[in-house]
Amino acid sequence: MIKVEHLSKLYGDFKAVDDISFEVAKGEIFAFLGPNGAGKTTTIKMLTTLLKPSSGSISMDGLDPVRQHNEVRKRFGIVFQDPSVDQELSAWENMDLHGVLYHVPRRLRHERMEQLMRTFELWERKDSMVKTFSGGMKRRLEIARGLLHTPRILFLDEPTLGLDPQSRNHLWTHVQHLNATEGLTVFLTTHYMDEADRVASRIAVIDHGRIVAVGSSAQLKEQTGKESLEGAFLALTGTAIREETAGAADRMRQAARMWSRR
Amino acid sequence: MHAIYILWLRELKRYTRSRAQIIASLGQPVLYLVALGFGLGPVFRNSGNGSYLQFMAPGVIAMTVLFSSMFSGIALLWDRQFGFLKETLVAPVPRVQVMIGRAGGSATVALLQGLLVAVVCVIAGFRPVNLGLVPVGIAFLALTAVVFAAAGTAIGSTLKDMQGFQMVMNFLVLPLFFLSGALYPLDNLPPFLALLTRIDPLSYGVDGMRAMLIGRTHFGAALDAVVLACVGVVLMLVGAWRFNKIEV
Repeated sequence: MIKVEHLSKLYGDFKAVDDISFEVAKGEIFAFLGPNGAGKTTTIKMLTTLLKPSSGSISMDGLDPVRQHNEVRKRFGIVFQDPSVDQELSAWENMDLHGVLYHVPRRLRHERMEQLMRTFELWERKDSMVKTFSGGMKRRLEIARGLLHTPRILFLDEPTLGLDPQSRNHLWTHVQHLNATEGLTVFLTTHYMDEADRVASRIAVIDHGRIVAVGSSAQLKEQTGKESLEGAFLALTGTAIREETAGAADRMRQAARMWSRR
Repeated sequence: MHAIYILWLRELKRYTRSRAQIIASLGQPVLYLVALGFGLGPVFRNSGNGSYLQFMAPGVIAMTVLFSSMFSGIALLWDRQFGFLKETLVAPVPRVQVMIGRAGGSATVALLQGLLVAVVCVIAGFRPVNLGLVPVGIAFLALTAVVFAAAGTAIGSTLKDMQGFQMVMNFLVLPLFFLSGALYPLDNLPPFLALLTRIDPLSYGVDGMRAMLIGRTHFGAALDAVVLACVGVVLMLVGAWRFNKIEV
């Protein structure tokens, strides 16, 4: 379903993603694990047509995200690391807008919207403004929205960041269910080892832009001789804490808090 | 086309729902109208120019449109950092459509806000001299809104964060307003100022409105319309180009 060969992304001299290759089979739940700044999000952005690779090739369901971006875009749904719902619109309006952008015909769109919003337990609140939603509800809405156009691949970039254990559990149950019943391919990144351990059929550990290990949770544990996935992860990536400078987004968030607008 | 429509509708919904913001944005035009309109009125009249309120009302309406369209264009910056923009960028819709929907929405919102201020002006005592020409005046206002919504979109696509926003406010939006002849006649200005007013697109918007609403013009309504249309097309192209370059 996804095939990546010798993919790199350079920012000046900095190699955000450095010559990675991997494959994700149809119906697989594939997890990308890595410390902050390892290149997880950059890879997702390249797979999802938001960034152009510096070199290497990507095939998504047989298509090239650089040249056939509109075709590729119809085939995946994505939940970004940062919330990407419009807070000033209702849940229904957010879903509807998405359906229009993805050319889902009106009747089918509204049917699927109801079905998905019931599945993700949002139907009772469909006319509430999203700004009144809890973090978990917003996440569920984003997943429901990402599935509206019946994608073949679902990207989840740290979808459980900042959620309580109940919401996390709930979310993964849904995702696993969709994977099992509809054969949806899932590509996820997370910091929580227990989540990767629980849901992922295969895991790639990425560090400093390179893939250092790929395999099932059991294989990674065996390879490193550790009892837990967390132990295996630390053995593969080291225990040093990664430096991260505040990006433009962090400064914006601060400014937004000051201005308290939106 | 559906994509353009739904994104246009989004801008409109956001506007009509933020009542507090609508009221707040009336504050500045009303202040100009009251403080300057009535404050400078006697001086203006004594110099033989007639009613200052009549003269400045089109300027204040144009100011509202300038601020509103620029800001909602630049609000792209928020969507960009807080995510919603990404939702539209990964959708299977050509970016130029996304840009047109957004900029069109910004322009419509600005036009509505301008009409609201026009109503306030009428309440304050402003009277168009020829009611038949009011629709043409509104067309000039709409053209002005498109010009600056496109400019705002181009700027919002280029800026990275809020620091840049302050720069734009102080070094672009305010000069555009003060050099447009919104507050003073463009006749007999010192040459350097005359030059600056001539390269300010808002001058033509204000002048076109004034031609239609109070029958007074500096450049001539035909030139106003041509300049606004040309600048509008160029800025839409620049906006589309900048928007196309966004990487998130």
